[in-house]
Amino acid sequence: MSVTSATSYSAADTGQPVGGRKAGFGHYMLAEWTKIRSVRSTLWTLIIAVIVIVGFTALISWVVVANWNGPHAAARDARAISDPTSIIYGVGIYLGQLAIAVLGVLVVTTEYSTGVIRASLLAVPRRYTMLAAKVIVFTLVMLVLAEVIAFGSFFVGAAVMHSHVSVSLSGHDVLRATFGAGLYLVAFGLFALSIGVLIRHTAGAISVAVAVAFVLPILTGLLPDTSFFNHLNAYLPEQAGSQVYLVRPEGVPLLSAWQGLGVLCIYVVVLLGIGAYLFNRRDA
Amino acid sequence: MIEASDLTKSFGGKVAVDHLSFSVQPGRVTGFLGPNGAGKSTTMRLILGLDRPDSGEATIDGKHYADLVNPLRTVGALLEAKSVHTGRSARNHLLFLAQTQGLPGSRVDAMLDLVGLREVANRRAGSFSLGMSQRLGVAAALLGDPRILLLDEPVNGLDPEGVLWIRNLMKHLASQGKTVLVSSHLMNEMAVTADHLIVIGRGRLLADASTEDVIARGSSQTVRVRTPDADRLAALIRSEGGSAVPAANGNGDGNGTGDHAPVLTVSGVPAARIGELAASAQIVLHELTPQLATLEDAFLELTAGSLEFGHLGTELPGESASTGPASQPTTRSAR
Repeated sequence: MSVTSATSYSAADTGQPVGGRKAGFGHYMLAEWTKIRSVRSTLWTLIIAVIVIVGFTALISWVVVANWNGPHAAARDARAISDPTSIIYGVGIYLGQLAIAVLGVLVVTTEYSTGVIRASLLAVPRRYTMLAAKVIVFTLVMLVLAEVIAFGSFFVGAAVMHSHVSVSLSGHDVLRATFGAGLYLVAFGLFALSIGVLIRHTAGAISVAVAVAFVLPILTGLLPDTSFFNHLNAYLPEQAGSQVYLVRPEGVPLLSAWQGLGVLCIYVVVLLGIGAYLFNRRDA
Repeated sequence: MIEASDLTKSFGGKVAVDHLSFSVQPGRVTGFLGPNGAGKSTTMRLILGLDRPDSGEATIDGKHYADLVNPLRTVGALLEAKSVHTGRSARNHLLFLAQTQGLPGSRVDAMLDLVGLREVANRRAGSFSLGMSQRLGVAAALLGDPRILLLDEPVNGLDPEGVLWIRNLMKHLASQGKTVLVSSHLMNEMAVTADHLIVIGRGRLLADASTEDVIARGSSQTVRVRTPDADRLAALIRSEGGSAVPAANGNGDGNGTGDHAPVLTVSGVPAARIGELAASAQIVLHELTPQLATLEDAFLELTAGSLEFGHLGTELPGESASTGPASQPTTRSAR
């Protein structure tokens, strides 16, 4: 790479005006959009999310149909008939939420690991404003993509099971569960983003998100079957939030679909609030 | 104008910046000089609002950095620590920064041309050499056509041509009436670049004066005298109130001349007076050379106090981590 001739720096004091006008919040959001679309990790985590969520939905639906009336399949067949959405919004979302969580974490933590946080804060030194722009852009991007994934899963699953089970969006609570599956992914992504703001390290934040989504429910599931422990379990972020994509939850749920999503959103708001407060106080 | 007043910052009980006050004026290059770990980077981060001072404040044209509207249009900064996402292209890095300031995309291309990164603009910044990264940092600093520039060790890792480019750029910007604060631990680089110097050690202000003044007053002027009659001349000099001690390297052969006469290092008496004293006492002199102080001498003298308490032990974790092999003085200025 050749070195620029020593005279060309005279352009720095701009023979021509730099142009443009005073920037506001819309510009900050545009910048955050540029950031999120210009790194490969975004594309990869989204591709993985699509493959895992839609792929597992198709796979499980196919397994159900292929073994219809097969040995030991009676209970599963009955469940598929009574609630086909439980096949569609099952393993796929359970596993795929991890990819969404990774994206939520990376959006924040790679700013720290690469040091670009310093450039970001020099450009937008008001930290609450910068974080708000990031959160809103992430939410909007995820909302579009997660709903595409959720409805994509529905149509793929419904098409695969079509020969044995019929399910349509006009069915009881099916539209809510489908739309809710997308909302759940957005909320869980924001949950992971908040953990990223708090912890600032990629590995640590992903570990916490995984522990919350996968490990905590297992641990609380081992607790004695008392009212207190059942409530504790029901109010875990992942357990509560997942109510929104269940059409027929097992037993009598302690939280309704929207209450459950509301509980997850409260976790997000509280964590993000603490994270934003610390973000504003800490040295960058 | 940049103003620091009573700035203080410590990390985990270790004082990095200690009641530091200074101001940086427009229209000249102000060198910010100090040994590694003196608190230069921390001071710059305090000015830029990246770190929060424990007490005191730093202002830019009377405002805190966070209160500037579209700050990159007022202040450009090149930090020593990397501030670029390794997976993002140079163009997209500059683009998102431009967007935060409401600057048009054409400004990004203009900056890429300016620093000579146009052809590699779409490559991941992580694949850049140190010199290319530094150029990207300069492009980001100049993006908003700021009137105030803070450059933290900008010539680190640059080849001589790059050093010259940065040096000329800084001088040029200062000549346009801009405020330029540039930190360095390379004294010779500062001597040829800076018009004014702010010297700190262990977070405290040691000097705030023009470069010539720092050189002139920093080191006492000495005279090198070679004479076969050293004892007699030394006595005469002492009677004049000066001091004369055998020079450390005084018993050589006089630069290959075969002269083995002793050499004295004299201070407190100017060369002309030494000549008069010798003539009046009929002492033969073989050599009489005023020793010109260098900025390096001045710097070492100024920072001696801050070093003698154990320089290695006082380096901050953050600063020592960022001064790897890249920060070795690979560049010697041409004086």
